[in-house]
Amino acid sequence: MKLKSQRRRRFADVMLKVTAFLSAVIGLFFLGWILLVVIKQGAAAIDWSFFTKLPAPPGGEGGGLGNAILGTLYMTLLAAVVGVPIGILSGVYLSEYGRESRFGALVRFTINVMMGIPSIIMGLFIYTILVVTMGHFSGYAGGLALALLILPIVARTTEDMLSLVPHSLRESALALGAPRWKVTLGIVFRAAKNGLITGVLLAVARVSGETAPLLFTSLNSPYWPTSMSEPTANLTVTIFNYAMSPYANWQQAAWGASLLIMIAVLSMTILARFILRGKQE
Amino acid sequence: MNQSTADAIRKIEQQSDTTANFASVPSGQSKISVRNLSFFYGDSQALYDNSIEIAPQKVTAIIGPSGCGKSTHIRVYNRVFELYRDQRATGEVFLDGENILKPSVDIIELRRKIGMIFQKPTPFPMSVFDNVAYGLKLHYRLNKQETEGRVESALKSAALWDEVKDDLHKPGTALSGGQQQRLCLARAVAVEPEVLLMDEPTSAVDPVATAKIEELVETLKEDYTIVIVTHNMQQAARISDYAAFFYKGKVIEFGDTQQIFTNPKNKRTEGYITGRFG
Repeated sequence: MKLKSQRRRRFADVMLKVTAFLSAVIGLFFLGWILLVVIKQGAAAIDWSFFTKLPAPPGGEGGGLGNAILGTLYMTLLAAVVGVPIGILSGVYLSEYGRESRFGALVRFTINVMMGIPSIIMGLFIYTILVVTMGHFSGYAGGLALALLILPIVARTTEDMLSLVPHSLRESALALGAPRWKVTLGIVFRAAKNGLITGVLLAVARVSGETAPLLFTSLNSPYWPTSMSEPTANLTVTIFNYAMSPYANWQQAAWGASLLIMIAVLSMTILARFILRGKQE
Repeated sequence: MNQSTADAIRKIEQQSDTTANFASVPSGQSKISVRNLSFFYGDSQALYDNSIEIAPQKVTAIIGPSGCGKSTHIRVYNRVFELYRDQRATGEVFLDGENILKPSVDIIELRRKIGMIFQKPTPFPMSVFDNVAYGLKLHYRLNKQETEGRVESALKSAALWDEVKDDLHKPGTALSGGQQQRLCLARAVAVEPEVLLMDEPTSAVDPVATAKIEELVETLKEDYTIVIVTHNMQQAARISDYAAFFYKGKVIEFGDTQQIFTNPKNKRTEGYITGRFG
């Protein structure tokens, strides 16, 4: 029998290693480039008034995006308040009660489908059932569209994190005479705490940069968000509008908003990693 | 496996089942009486008509080769198997004369009376103190001082107090494996159970920790009825008063440990104990 050529085997080995490494470098290069451009362009826009003032008129001086920052915070908060508890409880159902049931399988499938639905369709959905029936755009509609995006992500990560908790831990608590709900809330949640927080942070980070679901739900507004039942200013739609405008000061404000969102998402992601690493120790 | 061993096993398996020997435990004095217990994982049967008697304040060892249903058997006593939807038990298990498989049984109180130690230590994700206090808080109304006293005495009866008394607020998971297992023992003892089930409690700890746990079993049996599953023959011989030999889900022989180990009535028991198979 003739042996396979060793040279060829080695060549293939080296080739794969090199191409994989180059691909990784290319990915890193673009990430670095994006960061660099956004920081360079955005830093010039950010000062104290950027956080505290309303937008300046086209071509005007000064001003800020205080209203959009506040509006984004409000809507993200609403989305978290609605989406996180439902998501976590769905995950609890899937992991603790409906693991082997048909209904559980159906819920799991639905959640997976929901994760794949483009965010603009969530916006359209809320537009149809809320904006059209109420007759106007509102911050509530925007927040709910974002909540629909948070829900499946949190449900999935919750199920995954709870499934990692060994069965023997549940059994020991049950064997001590703990009722099922106390085992879930007092033992299983505690054991999975870091994973759960990480999942929530990543979900919130992910939706806080979404534009599409807000386009026809919250719309945008040049005023302070005094009521969530009116069109509400937000950073992402502001970037969309301002970046395409012909006014230099608006374009700069859009860069500033981009930098702000990037920093927020990045720090939430890093915090999430940090928390998850703490768990592994 | 060589031919003669295979023959020996075949001969052993063909032997008719002898009825288990109950003579060792005087009737009416059992803490737990198991009658015709069968167990199913979905469609596959794991236990066949198990009947044994557990004597109070004694150590009963359950021995047998891996997969013979030892753990499955004791997991019926506190109904912990009910966590899984496709598992079910038929037959009767009497604790002080009450059939604990009846749906009307208060399962929380049942589990207070029957504590359990698992193969791998399972400290809860909380401090040493809170681990022991967890069960206490489930079942008793105690003030801070009473709780502290009960935690201390539980840790003492698990021979762990001296090692952890200065680290009560450290996480339970920070202890060594052997210490964790004794922590679980303290946690189980704290709620003042009547029976302690131990599912291969020393299989995941080192020999020194094993010796400590065996010593503990010796002292704990003064207050508790102990059922211990083990695949370690020497351990069963050392610490148990009665032994039940399980094979393929059936109780092949049950009786006085001394008798089982020195003069087994059944060929299969003899074959397993002398190491011819298992």
